[in-house]
Amino acid sequence: MKIPMTVNGLPVEVDVPPLKRLLDVLRDDLGFTGTKYGCGEGECGACTVRIDGEVAMSCLVPAAQAAGTTVQTVEGLATDDVLHELQHQFLETGGAQCGICTPGMLMMAVDHLEHGGALDDATVREVLAGNICRCTGYVRIVDAVQRAGRALAPDEDEPRPGGAA
Amino acid sequence: MAERAIGTDVPRIEGIEKLTGEAVYVDDLPTEGVWFGATVRSDVPRGRIASIDRNPAFPWDEVVVVTAADIPGRNVIPLLKEDQPALAAREIHHAEEPVALVAAPSRELAARAAAALTVQVEPLPATLDAEAALAAGAEVFKRIEIRKGDPDAADRADLIVEGTYRFGSQEHVYIEPQGMQAEWTEAGLVLRGSLQCPYYIVGSLGALLDEPEDRIRVIQMATGGGFGGKEEYPTLLAAHAALLSRAAGHPVRIVYDRAEDMRATTKRHPGRVTHRTGLTRDGRIVSMDVDVLLDAGAYCTLSPVVLSRGALHATGPYDVPNARVLARAVATNFPPHGAFRGFGAPQTIFALETHLEECAERVGLSGVEFRRRNLLRPGGTLATGQDLGQDIAAEAVLDRALKESGFEERRAAFDAFNAQAARREGAFRFQRRGIGLALFHHGAGFTGSGEVTLASRAGLAGLPDGTVLVLSAQTEIGQGTRTVLAQAAADGLGLPVDRIRSVDPDTAVAPNSGPTVASRTSMVIGGLLLRAGQEFRAKVEAAAGRALPTSDEFCAEIARQAGEGPLEHIVQYQAPPGIHWDEEHYRGDAYATYAWACYVAALEVDTLTGETQVLDFTAVQEVGRVLNPVLASGQIEGGVTQGIGWALLENVQWEKGRMRNATMTDYIVPTFPDTPPIRVHFLEHPHDRAPHGAKGIGELPMDGPAPAIANALRHALGIHVREIPATAERVLSALEAGRAGSAPTPESRP
Repeated sequence: MKIPMTVNGLPVEVDVPPLKRLLDVLRDDLGFTGTKYGCGEGECGACTVRIDGEVAMSCLVPAAQAAGTTVQTVEGLATDDVLHELQHQFLETGGAQCGICTPGMLMMAVDHLEHGGALDDATVREVLAGNICRCTGYVRIVDAVQRAGRALAPDEDEPRPGGAA
Repeated sequence: MAERAIGTDVPRIEGIEKLTGEAVYVDDLPTEGVWFGATVRSDVPRGRIASIDRNPAFPWDEVVVVTAADIPGRNVIPLLKEDQPALAAREIHHAEEPVALVAAPSRELAARAAAALTVQVEPLPATLDAEAALAAGAEVFKRIEIRKGDPDAADRADLIVEGTYRFGSQEHVYIEPQGMQAEWTEAGLVLRGSLQCPYYIVGSLGALLDEPEDRIRVIQMATGGGFGGKEEYPTLLAAHAALLSRAAGHPVRIVYDRAEDMRATTKRHPGRVTHRTGLTRDGRIVSMDVDVLLDAGAYCTLSPVVLSRGALHATGPYDVPNARVLARAVATNFPPHGAFRGFGAPQTIFALETHLEECAERVGLSGVEFRRRNLLRPGGTLATGQDLGQDIAAEAVLDRALKESGFEERRAAFDAFNAQAARREGAFRFQRRGIGLALFHHGAGFTGSGEVTLASRAGLAGLPDGTVLVLSAQTEIGQGTRTVLAQAAADGLGLPVDRIRSVDPDTAVAPNSGPTVASRTSMVIGGLLLRAGQEFRAKVEAAAGRALPTSDEFCAEIARQAGEGPLEHIVQYQAPPGIHWDEEHYRGDAYATYAWACYVAALEVDTLTGETQVLDFTAVQEVGRVLNPVLASGQIEGGVTQGIGWALLENVQWEKGRMRNATMTDYIVPTFPDTPPIRVHFLEHPHDRAPHGAKGIGELPMDGPAPAIANALRHALGIHVREIPATAERVLSALEAGRAGSAPTPESRP
């Protein structure tokens, strides 16, 4: 089946079985290997991309369903060799360790920030609950998302500290 | 001279490539011309292979099939013992044991080929219980006995406290599954993979493939987590990929899917520890008798050294005058258990620190006061007789953790909270809160004489562009190896860190600096590179005939000399003076130095559902010297989170020797909402057994969370948690047992 898409701003067309996973289309057919396989059942979030501005687990999306859509992967975050603010904050805070969950984590967090989501601890943790990291213990990722959110919307009031009793 | 890099937050060297998706993991390599491998396994835990049947409808001419009969050399993956075959030939010793391999031009065809092969096994009775294995006389891969003082000292104790503590397997769940690609070239075999220990593979495949070691080259790709799971296991994948590639005449890549990875690869050793402790009425430990049993699984792998580390940490950071530790690792028919962060120590520390809480109660002391009366101070010795001089921080970390966590105040506040529970409304009536701590230490580097035997080599190469390349086989698996080693080299050389190149190892270039395990990379190899840097500078300056004080002068001279010929300087590990280890009697200096820690968990548990939420975690540790605060804190936070998972959530369920819940839906690791704020505090007392004064920290944070959480559950609920994971089901059944008046301990066996 011929499937036209726009990936990271580039118009592309692939000829693949309609049920091939979008994850594999991106990686094997289009060479966007930044998107990672972690579990193949939508549980770990490593394959998170954005389709028409909404987050999706690309391991659960059949290629046919992506026809005619606009897909953004981690390769589409930095522009002209300048890191996205969120990438910059991940680097500063130590939000990435082994790096395998990082692309999906970034896509989920960018989506939250671009939708103007709240930055308190509890909200950030809830939004990212479907993205599993085995290295960091999450502390620094929360920090990076909050810092990036503040940097991208500096006029807003400081978010109230959330978290546990 | 440049500013010092050690102690500063040098950003992760490979950070940008990981954040942009450019980092190349093994499955990101180009696929052109590459065939894909798949593994056919036994689905029974023990038996005899009767036949390997091929479905005649499958197009077998389009694929290659490899069985044990196709192995050119010896069918063995040598490690501590030569018992594990690359492919089972006749006997099956565990479920998921590899029996045949296939490779095909596409992943789909490889999967179909694997499904078209059926292994017929005549089942034999399997041993799926470590105690039963021991009773039935199964092979004990290692038996260790540590003795200190008077073996009959318990007779003089005022009271004896006994307890048995159990712990389950733990799956690594590195988010990148195991993967390896093999290719035969004119120069020999080239392996690219996700791995921790490139020279393990070089050293293991020669006899199997009947190839000299200098024709085996291993290149580490970006590696998506390891935690010990990519220490020994990748050697098996390397063997499989190499055999398939030779048969196929193409490069062959094997990448496990999640279910195969969870089922087939190694896990943390499950088992039990039994304590019998003699006490005086005023709360002093008279004697400790510890019996450790680990389930090794079907093959030896690294079980003897896992057991060793476990035994050496079994009496903890306490001055126990009389001690006996008996530790055994026994063969069963489970898939082999192997290296996992902490390497035996988390198991024995969980048992000890939970047991000591019970001891404290029996003598009417708080856990804090009981520990304070018994902890190791200068002048005291460990169970092996090791005298650490002034390099002891047990009381310092205890005091700091009490302060940072507000331990006593919170304990009182939680007591008040729990006392008022019945008066609250709705679901809040079921909430109880608890706080608990664990005090522990962790030996840094290889156990015993391991570092001397390894005799690691590492060094530096000046390049014609004036930069300096780090030469080591240490792998970056997320912990920050490339960055920290560059920092150490930079300070040795007196150059800024941006003049250093630190890359993933390739055995064609990197000398054998040993495996990336045992919290040894920063301490041992970092120390070597610091020294190598100093000597490299002296060598370059001597050849130049003058001092080169500025970085520009120094690098220009490096460029000039490197342009004339290879400019390398390799150094070799030398044991620090005064270290003595008696392997036969387990006496002496098991580790050159130890990191010390006290961890505090505050939690809330719902007595209606049994669910536990950790509210807050405080991790205080003395680590000698912090080389990179951001990376070091990241190690602690990540290890604490894995420890929380092991304590509460991560429950490997076995059914006839197979992992039943081998998906990320059914095997629960901590997610963002499961994980509390983790407050990390470092104490730094640089020690003199590494040039930079740093101790290893990678494994340390795995040790403390489970006992701290078990003790917090004790505080919250009044039950003794003697088995982990303390899942909601176990907590509930313990509460019910408590209400029914029977022994309030969650000890149900799965």
